[in-house]
Amino acid sequence: MKKSVILGALTVAGLLAGAAGAATLDDVKARGKLNCGINTGLVGFAAPDANGEWSGFDVAYCRALAGAVLGDPSAIEFVSLTGKTRFTALASGEIDALSRNTTWTLTRDVDLKFTFVGVNYYDGQGFMVPKALGVTSAKELDGATVCIQTGTTTELNLADFFRTNNISYEPVPIETNAEAQQQFLAGACDVYTTDASGLAATRATFENPGDYAILPEIISKEPLGPLVRHGDDGWADIARWTLNALIAAEELGVTSANIDEMAAAPTSNPEINRLLGTEGNMGEMLGLPADWAVKAIKAGGNYGEIFEKYIGETTPVGLARGLNAQWTNGGLMYAPPFR
Amino acid sequence: MSTISNSPKAEFRLSMLIYDTRYRSMTIQVVALMAFMLMAAWIINNTAQNLADLGKPIQFGFLTESAQYDINQSLIEYDNQDSHLRASVVGLLNTLLVAVLGCALATVLGVLIGVLRLSTNWLVARIMTVYVEMFRNVPVLLWIVFVMAILIESLPQPRAFRGENPEASMLFGDSVALTNRGFYIPEPLFSRPLGDLSVLGAFNVSLEFLVIVAVLVVSFFVSGVIRKRADRIQNETGIRPTTWYLRLVVIVLPVLAVLIALGFHVGKPELKGFNFQGGIHMRTSLIALWLALSFYTAAFIAEIVRGGILAISRGQSEAAAALGLRPKRIMSLVILPQAMRVIIPPLISQYLNLTKNSSLAIAVGYMDITGTLGGITMNQTGRELECVLLLMLVYLTISLIISLVMNWYNDRVKLVER
Amino acid sequence: MSNLSYVRTEMLGEQSPPGTAIGIVGWLRANLFSNWLNTILTLVSLVFIYQVFAAILPWLIHSSWTANSLQECRAQVDAAYGMAAEGGCWAVIRERYLQLVFGFYPSELYWRPILAFGLTLVALAPILFTALPRKMLWLSPFAPFVVPWLLWGGTVWVPLLVVAGLGLAYVVTRVLSSHVSGLLAVPVAALVAILWWLYAVMPVNDAVTAMIANQRIPDVSADMRDKVEILPGEIAALDAQIAALGQTVGRAEAEKDALVSALEAAETEAARTAVLSAIHELRGPRDALAALEKQRLVRNEELSRARTLLAGLEALPENRTTRETLLAQLANATGAARGDLEARLATVDNRIASVVKEVGRVGLIPVESRRFGGFMLSITIGLVAITASLPIGVMLALGRQSDLLILRAICVGFIEFIRGVPLITLLFVASVLLNYFLPPGTSFDIILRVMIMVTLFASAYMAEVIRGGLAALPKGQYEAADALGLDYWKAQRLIIMPQALKISIPGIVSTFIGVFKDTTLVSIIGLLDPLGLSNAIRANTAWNGIVWELYGFIALMFFVFCFSMSRYSMYLERKLRTGHR
Repeated sequence: MKKSVILGALTVAGLLAGAAGAATLDDVKARGKLNCGINTGLVGFAAPDANGEWSGFDVAYCRALAGAVLGDPSAIEFVSLTGKTRFTALASGEIDALSRNTTWTLTRDVDLKFTFVGVNYYDGQGFMVPKALGVTSAKELDGATVCIQTGTTTELNLADFFRTNNISYEPVPIETNAEAQQQFLAGACDVYTTDASGLAATRATFENPGDYAILPEIISKEPLGPLVRHGDDGWADIARWTLNALIAAEELGVTSANIDEMAAAPTSNPEINRLLGTEGNMGEMLGLPADWAVKAIKAGGNYGEIFEKYIGETTPVGLARGLNAQWTNGGLMYAPPFR
Repeated sequence: MSTISNSPKAEFRLSMLIYDTRYRSMTIQVVALMAFMLMAAWIINNTAQNLADLGKPIQFGFLTESAQYDINQSLIEYDNQDSHLRASVVGLLNTLLVAVLGCALATVLGVLIGVLRLSTNWLVARIMTVYVEMFRNVPVLLWIVFVMAILIESLPQPRAFRGENPEASMLFGDSVALTNRGFYIPEPLFSRPLGDLSVLGAFNVSLEFLVIVAVLVVSFFVSGVIRKRADRIQNETGIRPTTWYLRLVVIVLPVLAVLIALGFHVGKPELKGFNFQGGIHMRTSLIALWLALSFYTAAFIAEIVRGGILAISRGQSEAAAALGLRPKRIMSLVILPQAMRVIIPPLISQYLNLTKNSSLAIAVGYMDITGTLGGITMNQTGRELECVLLLMLVYLTISLIISLVMNWYNDRVKLVER
Repeated sequence: MSNLSYVRTEMLGEQSPPGTAIGIVGWLRANLFSNWLNTILTLVSLVFIYQVFAAILPWLIHSSWTANSLQECRAQVDAAYGMAAEGGCWAVIRERYLQLVFGFYPSELYWRPILAFGLTLVALAPILFTALPRKMLWLSPFAPFVVPWLLWGGTVWVPLLVVAGLGLAYVVTRVLSSHVSGLLAVPVAALVAILWWLYAVMPVNDAVTAMIANQRIPDVSADMRDKVEILPGEIAALDAQIAALGQTVGRAEAEKDALVSALEAAETEAARTAVLSAIHELRGPRDALAALEKQRLVRNEELSRARTLLAGLEALPENRTTRETLLAQLANATGAARGDLEARLATVDNRIASVVKEVGRVGLIPVESRRFGGFMLSITIGLVAITASLPIGVMLALGRQSDLLILRAICVGFIEFIRGVPLITLLFVASVLLNYFLPPGTSFDIILRVMIMVTLFASAYMAEVIRGGLAALPKGQYEAADALGLDYWKAQRLIIMPQALKISIPGIVSTFIGVFKDTTLVSIIGLLDPLGLSNAIRANTAWNGIVWELYGFIALMFFVFCFSMSRYSMYLERKLRTGHR
């Protein structure tokens, strides 16, 4: 009764957002839009353009998921979240999935009760210094001033690293990447530490990128990936296999250029056929149309294409594939079989 | 004898609860109380159920767990193995530090600007008006990030002090360094230290500091006695003995003696490794927050001061002049005491605002209590409800203390009217 | 002796004042150099002003307005004013000012917020300026219903029905007070209105919508089918145009980059003009490209909406039959099966409702509040908070002044609690806790939650402002009202409040200025107000590293808003003061 009262009051205002139910898929379908949590702004991973359209590596996953679920990569509402607000937004049902360079840790999985659906970027915390300092290893940083972004795992890793090596440092906590960049460039800190991808992305936009070096030490493992709430395994499966479809597509050579042709009729490779829904009933098992993976891949291309488009070596961010290459190329990207 | 008709014994009827003014107020209050309690119960019930669904019952045990993160500026000893509770206390002390510093600077600036706005100098008065309007009409958060950006961009980095021909050099005989990592100023050191006093086993207070404070208190007390004696002699004989040199000696000599006994000297900051070492380090975040809050609040205080001075009617100063008081005495004996009564209450509420605004420290990475308890601790432990409640409680306590001071002052200076 | 007179018998002719006391010189002497202290102050001020302008002016003058990235800005400034010149990169404002003002509001619907704020001004004008015709006041009460409808969209029935609730309450009051008793009238009317809003508005709205939807379904289906068929073609055409133009622009960009590096290598006059003209010529094609991309975005969204709706419409008959069967099964199901059936029924209902709502909507396209951003977000939060906090503030102020102990305690507790904690903690409550306080499963979006908390915040301050107004009223007014035999509410409504609110307006305006400035705090919890947007803009590779221009623009906008409001408030104070003498 009380619930209906408050619900009534809210609906009167005509502003009620969807209530968080058990079946996220049904909610999303009824709403016709996917609510996806992203960064408030991180070069290469999420940024709005002048038309207010978001793009980036993390955003591309959201679009693929919207493509898989709704068949339409633009049927999506982006919710920009800070390091602090992201988990509450997901827990409260404000967003259906969170794709905001979030590290998969035990506490977040178990204590905060989220399901990480995979890893879309294998990262690690690194250090960037001006070359003029003449530092070649993070262990030479005794007494240095270090800029860190708060609200992330980086500050804990940093404390651990300096403690283990028994050297001292002066932390300068900073809210956003843009401010960290400003302080670092002005020399208000000697070192900037964050995920190595972020360091590269930041360095790429400097006026003189060559004056800065990224130190060889990677002091932590930061597997970044999308996550959903505990308690809706069907939805977690969809989110997980959308990511896997993107990765598998790259492995199988399915690209946004040739996908129409491949999806038109069964090919000689049965796994491609199962992935693209020309064979078997994978889509039906997930509760999605048969061409779900086709729509997901068409949203922005396969994993490799997304990587190259937003953060790859041809972009200003200029990241090498490294650990994020396919397992066939010595990387860690390894999608379970579509069978 | 016709009896005065007994006033009809008021029979209680239910409708009297509404129509009888004696009962009506009771009815309204009971209804209001019930509504309030129902509402509170409803919220608590919802919260309990929601938290139970999430599997996060309310508990404060996390406060004793190790915090695992570092805080750059702490007034008491702290390292990352200490508890979240201690981290919160560090944050609280940082909040209080910036609040006290801010209130002091804002008052000085505000009074200065308020007086200058009334200046007969056209240019100065205009500049002060521009200052006031500029600061009052732009959000304080914007000022904080602005001041931070200016400090970072305009001051040299420590590296600039190095080399044969450094781009920047230290001030005041190599004792003060202004860098974009903060200001390094000399620190007091003692070659014959007395050690530390541990308070409740929680934090240490340096004994030298306590001794100096104690000596100062005693000196001022003695000086006060001397002044009272002079007052008495003046009352009895009409002649005031000259005592200022005696009082100066009483105050200065003992402190000097103690300082020499403790082996007081100044520790200058020196550039070693990446940073200046030694000296007191006032970080850029503290300075930016301090300056921005002070500048912003000073604009409001200036208006209060100006209003206070303008509020004293001209008749007051004319009457005082007619009594033969000199201008200086008119100001100190007639105008100021009256202006103060107008100025102080809004001034204190500005102090309250400044303290509350200091919670924006997070924008420049100053680790106040919003940054520790309401920031990293909340984020790392995921205990939002507990952290936000504690945070509110802390601020509420500070506010209540300031309000109490204000009420006490208001009662003291209240005009006693017929 | 007696004929010796020391008294002048004829007056000397008037002389003009000494040259140092009149004209510019006189003014300078009187106002700037009247004594040595003033002279020093003047000189110091002059030096200060010179320093400030010397630092800022070159940067302002040597600025770039047409570049499309920070790097290009630097190149343009270098080319135009020499390699050593430092200049502002205002091009970022040129590209993003619409975003900074409207956030992510759909660009084809910009007229709605503009109209809404225009309407707000029109509604406020007669309250703020007494010189305007009083008849305009009749518009004002409708603004609180029309403005949200314009901003958020949705069916036209909802605001109408909400207003109807007020009318209903009025009728009930009238009837009750003439037939039963005046005392009961107000609470009963309030109860009736609340019940109407809670239990009648949505069902009536749904019923009307469903009725209209049933009539429209064939038309809309055909319409959507057309759209789904036509739009992909249009989008493909746009794609082709964009690709062609993109290639041209790309080639021009490459040429420009080559020119820029040539300029960096050797600074010659020819190289400088070449770079400048290359950037200048790029401007047209770039703008054309951006316009095309915007068109494509709009088409894409339209297509997406049409597809969703069409899919829903096609599934509608099936969903309806499923619903019937589920209802039939539900009639004789028990236990766990029942729960499962109910869940499925809810899902089906939900799907049907979403289609019906879309098809049968008479009104505006709904815009979700998370699309609000920039100054529009700040202004909306500020306006909503002030409008909603006014009645709450009046109630709290009356409660605080009342003789009823418990009521007063509750009001004082609330006011002092809100005033004792910083706004940021209340925003934390909005962002992380408010959902905990509501029944499990309710969730509404962050901007709405922020509006609720900011409203609570503002109402505590409002209550204090109005209490000040109440306290400033002479006691005679209260006594006169009592002497006339008015009851409490009548006295408040007819005598006290009109006067108290009038003298409170300056305080209300400054509360509004404060709340408006404080809306910048929402950037800390991740909302994209101007300050939050500035971070998002800097996350774009093109504008990474830009600081002063964005902050400067935002500060200027805030200054313009707040300064004009504070001037208004001062004007009002002066007017009120003379009124009392």
